[in-house]
Formats: sequence, structure tokens, C-alpha cells
Amino acid sequence: MAGASYESPSEYIQHHLTFQVQQVGDGTFWSINTDTVVMSVLLGLVGLGFIWWVTRQATAGVPSKRQAFVELCVQFVNDQVKGIYHGESQWVAPIALTVFVWVVLMNTMDIVPIDIAATALGFAGLHNWRLVPTADINTTFALALTVFALMIIFGIRSKGVGGWAKELFVAPFGNHILLWPFNFMFQIVEYVSKPLSHSLRLFGNIYAGEIIFLLLGMWAASGLSGTVFSGILSLGWAIFHILIILLQAYIFMMLTIVYLAMAEEHH
Amino acid sequence: MNFNLTLIMQAAAFTAFIWFCARVIWPPLMRAIATRQKQIADGLAAGEQGRKDLANAAKREAEILADAKAKSAEIVATGERFKAATIEQSKLEAKAEGERILAAAKAEIEQEVARAKEQLRDAVADLAVTGASKILKKDVDLKVHAELLAQLKREL
Repeated sequence: MAGASYESPSEYIQHHLTFQVQQVGDGTFWSINTDTVVMSVLLGLVGLGFIWWVTRQATAGVPSKRQAFVELCVQFVNDQVKGIYHGESQWVAPIALTVFVWVVLMNTMDIVPIDIAATALGFAGLHNWRLVPTADINTTFALALTVFALMIIFGIRSKGVGGWAKELFVAPFGNHILLWPFNFMFQIVEYVSKPLSHSLRLFGNIYAGEIIFLLLGMWAASGLSGTVFSGILSLGWAIFHILIILLQAYIFMMLTIVYLAMAEEHH
Repeated sequence: MNFNLTLIMQAAAFTAFIWFCARVIWPPLMRAIATRQKQIADGLAAGEQGRKDLANAAKREAEILADAKAKSAEIVATGERFKAATIEQSKLEAKAEGERILAAAKAEIEQEVARAKEQLRDAVADLAVTGASKILKKDVDLKVHAELLAQLKREL
């Protein structure tokens, strides 16, 4: 249990769920979760940097294993995009690839043994350092809201400002003056629910995973046998969690593609 | 669970990553994949072409073989015919030659017979003259009786 001693299980959990906060101004909004930002940017750089590194040596001939792996991932994403999005924008597939790679890596931080990492970081003087950026609601909302902004950009680009605004009032029930308010309400609900469900689904899954690791880690408080038991259970949960990590990243990516495809659809 | 500036920073990071991915990573990777796909397609097409060529070659081979067989059969047939004709002609020639030889032999035999007859006639004439001389005890004058002798020879 991270070498430190805790008064109660809730304190242990509380401690592990505290962000490294850097206050930059007055008020609760003007602060930065340094751990989230550093970890996510680092992971993004690692993921995209790896792909970029492979891309720079990319050859049209026989690919190296690295290149074959990257191409496999890219083709996988590209196939999904081609199946859903039929517009002409060349941005959807790169967006989906970025989302997928980044979210997978951020989620994967969840299976890093939490107390070993906490101990190591403790030696570095970082006592509240959360490793999993997607267990921070700021990250998932940032992603979902960026996709939301992209939805509006895609919608306006494909239908024009007038067409897009008109659709707010005439879809989905039809163009009639009495239906306008209902259409608009419906559209608002749709627009609000999309980023909300998009971000909360990812956050909830990963956050819950993290909590379970913490709960399993608490067995270590009951001595050596409890520690071994907790290790075995954590291993089992980690193996199962790999599925969740990939599945949630996949779902997040698919929803991104679907939302962008829907944004260009004419009603 | 409270929102703060992290949200904005994450959104900015996300946007930057998207831009990086779309502008820096995507085009060369897609180019490589597309080029390879084209190469593979070309390779497959070339393989298909090669298979077609092989099939054509096999067909041509069969044609040439059949042609050669027909020609050789024709040559053999011609040879057979020539052989038969030659044999036939040889037979005819041999027959003619045989007949010619037979005719010559016959002629010679006749000649021999004629000559033998002539000699026999002379001999008989001589004998007759000699006989007559002895009977008459007196030489027969050959010159006187030449005509008589010649007549006698003819009668023999």
C-alpha cells in the first residue's frame, strides 16, 4: 500500500483519486490537473510519435513488422470510417485514428500497478499523481466537446450556415411552423446528449476500472496473504480490463465517426 | 469531478494531435499503402497474364504437334506410295527384261538351229556327193554338178 500508511480504506482511495492540481488563477475553474495534462500529452506524443516514426521510413515495398503493425491499425480504422462515413472529407479517418490510438494508450495506463507507480512517483516527490487521463472527466469531456465542435463544423461546411440552422428547426418532424419549437427542442436534446453520453461512457468505464483496482489493492492491508490474494485478483481484473480498454476506445472512435457522419447527413 | 482549465488544455492537445495526424502522418502512410496495393494488383495481373500466356503456349504446342504429326503421316504415306510404285515398276521392268532375254535366247537358239541345219545340209550334200562318187567310181565334177548339188541341198 504505497509504503505510506492510511487511517482508513476511504482515505487510501481518496488519496489515489486526488489530482496533482496547479492553481493558475482565482476560482476552482482556473486550475490545471498537471498529471492529466502531462500524462495525456506524453501518451499522445508516444502513440502518434511512434506512428510518425514508422511513417517516415514507410515503404511501398515489403513492409517491416513495425510498419505492418501500424498499417494494420490504420487500415482497421480506415475500414471502419469507410463503412460509416461516405462524405468526401479527408479528415474523418485521421480524427478517428488519433482518437483510437490516444484513448487506447490513455486507457492502458489503468493496468499499470497503481501502488508501485504511486510509490515510484512518491520518491520523485509527486504524491498525488494519477496515471489514467481518461479517468479524469476533463479529458473525456474535452474529447467529446472537440468532437461536438467538429460536428458543427462538418454540418455547416456541408450544408452551409443557413442549411444547418434551418435543420435545427425543420428536422426531424418536418417543416411546419407549429413543429418548429418541437424540432428545435429535439435537436437541442440530441446535441446535448451526444457529447454527454460520449464522454461519460468512457469516463465511467475507466474510472470504475480504476476504483476496482483500488478496492482490490486494499486487501494488502490484511497482511502478506491478503497482498498475494490482491495481486492474483488484480491480475485477473487487469486481464479482463484489457478488453474494456480496447472496447471503450473502439466505441469512442466509432461514435466519433458516427457523429461526424450524421452531421453531414441531410434530413 | 470538477471541471477546470484542464478541459481546455486537453481539447487543445486533441486538436493539435488531430492536425498532426491528418497532416503529417496520414498522407505518406496512405501513399505507401496505396502504392503497395497498386503493386500487388499489378503483380496479380501479371501473374494472370503469365497464366494466360502459358495456356496459349500450350495450345500452340498442341497445334504444332498435331501439324507435325499430320505432316509426318503424309510423308510416310507418300513414301509408302512411292515404294509401292517403285516395286511395281521394278516388277514390270524385270518382266520386260526377262521377256527380252527369253526372246534373245530363242532367237539365238533358232539361229543355232538354222546354222546346224545348214551344216547338216552341207554335210549331207558332201556325203551324198562322196557316196555318189563311190557308187560311180568316178569323181563327180563339182563344177558340172554344182547346180544339181544346190538343188539337192535345197531339197534336204
